[in-house]
Amino acid sequence: MSDALKTTPLHAAHRALGAKMVDFAGWEMPLHYGSQIEEHHQIRRAVGMFDVSHMLAADIRGADVREFLRALLANDVAKLRQPGKALYSCMLDPEGRVIDDLIVYCLAGERFRVVVNAGTAVKDIAWIDAQRARRAPGVELEPRRDLAILAVQGPHAREKVWRALPQVRGASEPLVHFQAAEVGDTLVARTGYTGEDGFEIMLPAARATDLWNALRAQGVAPAGLGARDTLRLEAGMNLYGQDMDETVTPFESGLAWTVDLGTDRDFIGKAALIARPAARQLIGLMLVARGVMRAHQAVRCAGGGGETTSGGFSPTLNQSIALARVPSTLAAGDGVEVHVRDKWLRAKAVKPPFVRNGRILVGAGDFLGER
Amino acid sequence: MTTPDNLKYTKSHEWVRQEADGTVTIGITFHAQEMLGDVVFIENPAVGRKLKQGEECGVIESVKAAADIYAPLSGEVLAANGELADAPEKVNQDSYAAWLFRVRPDDPAELAGLLDAAAYQKIADAEKQ
Repeated sequence: MSDALKTTPLHAAHRALGAKMVDFAGWEMPLHYGSQIEEHHQIRRAVGMFDVSHMLAADIRGADVREFLRALLANDVAKLRQPGKALYSCMLDPEGRVIDDLIVYCLAGERFRVVVNAGTAVKDIAWIDAQRARRAPGVELEPRRDLAILAVQGPHAREKVWRALPQVRGASEPLVHFQAAEVGDTLVARTGYTGEDGFEIMLPAARATDLWNALRAQGVAPAGLGARDTLRLEAGMNLYGQDMDETVTPFESGLAWTVDLGTDRDFIGKAALIARPAARQLIGLMLVARGVMRAHQAVRCAGGGGETTSGGFSPTLNQSIALARVPSTLAAGDGVEVHVRDKWLRAKAVKPPFVRNGRILVGAGDFLGER
Repeated sequence: MTTPDNLKYTKSHEWVRQEADGTVTIGITFHAQEMLGDVVFIENPAVGRKLKQGEECGVIESVKAAADIYAPLSGEVLAANGELADAPEKVNQDSYAAWLFRVRPDDPAELAGLLDAAAYQKIADAEKQ
């Protein structure tokens, strides 16, 4: 591995566990610790944990912070009426295209925290800072590379976190999905990227290894980026840089539900979004034939063509699934063909998610009979 | 033992075992399955197909990537391991027990020309760097 790769505070812990390390967006991160499929099942059925410290938390604070974020983000932080609420949003350029997707947390004392993707962190901070300087110079922006982020996910995740970190139990027990609680310098959020229950925990980097080890002692298995990708794909969650980027709008990316047009609020990209109706949509695909769909394979369907944006093998469905950008006229249930390794294979359009909370949501039973 | 001495190997990470009846059994190496990660789907050549040494004759799909299977030698495909259709993970569990297909070789010289364990191990070690 190149010396230039960045490492997280848990790097030594991953190495000690024999993780297969890979370059992810310039970070040396664990791909798996033995079997990616086992790690996937572990999280759907019980609990597992990811080091996601490569993602960047940044605090934004000041008297005008709320109005600033209402202009910066396509979802409306006005929905975050009190500290402890969180929101998923896209950050758009003036053309309505996606600079990044993020979670924004409302904290006490006119503070918000955004968590952005690792690969876009530098670009995001530059963009936010430029907008801040122009629109709200009194607002402060502080990237928090001093924090580590652990995602503990699965139906047993909360119970395990409370055993490993008993001091957060009282504050985090009442949290519902997309709520967070600050306990000293630790933020515990009931959020995640797997389609399962769980917590994402941000804490000072110096304490990350202790928490990791305490969770391991409770039987929480580590999971790598491989399982993270198959879990999020089954959950129908987009991956930035793959399912959407600066060439497409949220409307073309299955993210219309995150764009709040419900008020007369103006935000960056709004005018362009309204002026340009989407001709394409992001939809789920299930392969009928045997094989494995991958990203960037051509799709043939009624109304024209398209392309898979993410694809792989779903361990829960024991079947290949994909997200694909296709003409808006295509409907769930329609048949399509996907160009997999020089063959056109039959697939069926479905509405994501494929799996949530351990349950298969697409009609796999009927569907497998068509093979 | 990640590279058994009693087998022959290819640069493309297949192993070949000569059987007493003159046929050969073919699989992929420990190193290959390790590079691929969890195997999820295997497409073997059809029984009866006449293979030419070095040609693409199948596909192994893992969680990570798809890899072509190349014919280690020329000959007719006699059997394919049907067990792997429902349990492709056997390739990860024991890549030398989970054979892919069997061939009746056309030319014994091709078998003699394959890599021995030491030569293959060097290739595998170099790829791990």
